[in-house]
Amino acid sequence: MAAPESTSRGPGPGTSATPMIEIVDLHKTFGETKVLTGINLKVPAGSTCVILGGSGSGKTVLMKHMIGLLKPDSGKVIIDGEDIVPMGARQLQQVRNKFGMVFQAAALFDSMTVFENVAFPLREHTKDPEDVIHQKVRARLDLMGLKPEVEGKFPSDLSGGMRKRVGLARATILGPKIVLYDEPTTGLDPITTDYVDEMILAAQKGLGVTSVVISHDIASAFNVADQIAFLSKGVIVENGPPDQLRESQHPAVKVFLQTWFGKN
Amino acid sequence: MTSQTPSNPAPAREPGILTQSISNFGKGLIDGVNTLGGLMMMLADVARWSVRRPFRMANLFAQLDFVGVGSIFIVSLTGTFTGMVFALQTSEAFALFDAESLVGPTVALTLSRELAAVFSALMVTMRAGSAMCTELGTMRVTEQVDALETMAVNPVQYLLVPRVLAGLLMVPALTMLFLTTGMVGAYLIAVGTLGISPGTFISRTQQWLVPADIYEGLSKGAVFGLSVALICCYKGFNASGGAKGVGQATTEAMVSSALSIFILDFILGIIWH
Repeated sequence: MAAPESTSRGPGPGTSATPMIEIVDLHKTFGETKVLTGINLKVPAGSTCVILGGSGSGKTVLMKHMIGLLKPDSGKVIIDGEDIVPMGARQLQQVRNKFGMVFQAAALFDSMTVFENVAFPLREHTKDPEDVIHQKVRARLDLMGLKPEVEGKFPSDLSGGMRKRVGLARATILGPKIVLYDEPTTGLDPITTDYVDEMILAAQKGLGVTSVVISHDIASAFNVADQIAFLSKGVIVENGPPDQLRESQHPAVKVFLQTWFGKN
Repeated sequence: MTSQTPSNPAPAREPGILTQSISNFGKGLIDGVNTLGGLMMMLADVARWSVRRPFRMANLFAQLDFVGVGSIFIVSLTGTFTGMVFALQTSEAFALFDAESLVGPTVALTLSRELAAVFSALMVTMRAGSAMCTELGTMRVTEQVDALETMAVNPVQYLLVPRVLAGLLMVPALTMLFLTTGMVGAYLIAVGTLGISPGTFISRTQQWLVPADIYEGLSKGAVFGLSVALICCYKGFNASGGAKGVGQATTEAMVSSALSIFILDFILGIIWH
């Protein structure tokens, strides 16, 4: 995969500034703990939004609302113009066809081989014959830099970075409009982290997808983001292009960024 | 600095044994009602998704194979030995008043009405139920269930429906197998060791055993199979807290499944008689 030519990116050609994802006044409480307390966020189509924040700030909870895995106490989650909060299971399934999700630990089905994992969405949602499925899976694994001999391996035989790549191959094989990444670089070495960043950029540029990346990896966030939303104590305290975040005077953002920029 | 030091607050009183017992009982009761409610909701979900397309026949047959075919050996073995032991014990008692000819019917009635269904369900709980719970629990804590949902595949339909249907269909079949092998075991002991004539054993069994006894065992097997599969799926599907949580869920599933078998056996016994 080629690295991007410029660090300044915007919505790609053929996309508009219409939000693909819009969160309106989202609240979520677990028991006595208020996790999200009024989130507002817009992610334009074809852009990459990084949601940055410390551990326990509610990033993953916010992402799970975007794909309907959690129901909010109040607020709206508008995906491609449709509010998914009041939807039932069957309607949600239709909306989820627009998504691909890369999980923190890849969440590959451990009873299936790499090939079967990547072929799974095709077998579920298309009527492609097996030879076509095989070609598509091979092509997608090639794109992720995975050799043919990996196809027959089980997830437990793969390294962390390889699992992430297989996870991304599975998430993007149906050509989704939106890809969600849950802490894609956590636990990876610097070289693999760069590789994952390139994967995210390549998915945006090559496939034109809208990406939402949950992370607490500042370097990676500044590498891939068009927009960074900083989440602290259940609210987004800063939201804008990476340069805007760098100049932020919000105490939580300053402290968080100092851990990286203070050292560099 | 002030010269006065703040007085320490009085330590909280330890709750008495009675208060603690009532509290534990109440907590257990609430947990039990919650679990029962969750099980009923899951049963409704499974029923709803089992009649919706796509019908996942490959998954269903894989589970039928795992729950049913995979249990044939262990159920046959326990069935044979149960029949043998039962024949041995009852023959001693019946010998006291020269009624050894009743060994066959006694074993047949006990196995068909009660033991075949109960023991088969217990075997399935230990062999297949524990595996179901652990597999689903691991899938839950490693986000594989969430991954299914994000790929627009309903996990209830994909994971739970085949398992619950397999329990419902295969435990009655295994009950019949248990009854058959149990009667073979009883025949071998009664005829081969105790000297009861084959004609007496078979004719007296035919005389006493009626189809309703078989139906009772089959119906119990179906209810136990449904209950065991549902409990194991419920506990696994709602597991949390990593490996420890999965282990705890499996333990709870085994205990709850075994208890449910005996409680339901009693309730169904009242209904049938």
